[in-house]
Amino acid sequence: MAPIPTSTVTNPAAPANSSREALDAREQRLHALMSKAQAGDDAAYRDVLIELSERLRMFYRRRLRNLTDEIEDLVQETLLAIHNQRHTYDASLPLTVWVYAIARYKLVDLLRRRGRREMLTDPLEDAGELLAAHDAQASDARRDLRQLLDTLPDRQRLAIVHIKIDGHSVAETARLTGMSASAVKVNVHRGLKALAKLVRDWS
Amino acid sequence: MKTDALIDLLATGAGPVRRHVAIRRFAAAVAIGTVGAFVMLLATFGLNPSLPAFSELPGFWVKIAFTVSLAIAGFVASQRLSRPGVIVGSAAWLVVLPVIAMWLLSIVVLVAAEPAARAHLVMGDTWDKCPFIIALLSVPAFLAGVWALRGLAPTDHRFAGAAVGLCAGALGASVYSLHCPELAPPFLAVWYAIGIFVPGVIGYTIGPRLLRW
Repeated sequence: MAPIPTSTVTNPAAPANSSREALDAREQRLHALMSKAQAGDDAAYRDVLIELSERLRMFYRRRLRNLTDEIEDLVQETLLAIHNQRHTYDASLPLTVWVYAIARYKLVDLLRRRGRREMLTDPLEDAGELLAAHDAQASDARRDLRQLLDTLPDRQRLAIVHIKIDGHSVAETARLTGMSASAVKVNVHRGLKALAKLVRDWS
Repeated sequence: MKTDALIDLLATGAGPVRRHVAIRRFAAAVAIGTVGAFVMLLATFGLNPSLPAFSELPGFWVKIAFTVSLAIAGFVASQRLSRPGVIVGSAAWLVVLPVIAMWLLSIVVLVAAEPAARAHLVMGDTWDKCPFIIALLSVPAFLAGVWALRGLAPTDHRFAGAAVGLCAGALGASVYSLHCPELAPPFLAVWYAIGIFVPGVIGYTIGPRLLRW
């Protein structure tokens, strides 16, 4: 019997496609993690956010070469938006399509805000800003979210601190604060939306 | 705050996410808007006494098909435009096709009519109040639609506002059909279309002010 020429069978993993396939594999892995996250797996959700924060940093670094100060602020603003809008993600879409649409939206929003502000500031201050950008650390946001958190109404701030920072359950938080369980959830949700608005209006 | 600390904060106790939120919110908005418009109609003009007779006429159902199909188009476009990364795509045709169909039908009707009757086919008896009433009846659906959008993530504020306005206008027109005495396609092609598109233009105009997130 003649040997079967296996080597001539089309190899789906041909070198020309390898980078595209690496991207596809990354998308599949993230998509699977996000599906778990959406079903309530907080550890999977944390992994998604960590990986997305790295991709967002690269995305903004390429597009904000002259505004390196803004990069980490914008990464954090976008992560907050991703969290607050995660109910608009539909698993039938690639996760990266959804995330990049949000990232682009936040980038355009920032540039528009800056455009408006820069028209108001005088040219000397502009030059100073440019110089200051060189020694800024890109890995640390300039605003402090904890300080912004302190400006929220008590009910929202307490709900966030108990659930999100101290890691209490909804039931424990309800007992500690005297709110009902559903009020706790609503206040976490509203608080994070209010925080996202503060972050957006911060500059 | 370090980004890692923010991620911890967001992921801790995040819990499961409700599914199909966009469709649910717009379905609720459509329900509120339709009931609101119906109550407004009953409180002001009331139902058309000839409604039972109308329901035997194909023209009445052509009219209902026109307004309801535009409402569906606005609904589909709204729930797509409220989710990042989702494109409107073929939903744009859903908006355009009913209008083109109504215009073509109107041309056929006008060509077939006696020249002396043509003006009345276009102007009817109520052209001066029809768009105004439709726009007014669209207010409950418009407000509910903006509420729905504000809980979602539209990245194109103008077109999201326009889609919600269009849906609201078409719902207002559907409810107004229960009072309105006009059935001639040329009348619908002009005055109903204006009444429906006015809320759309308003949504397009005020979208950027209402929908930022």
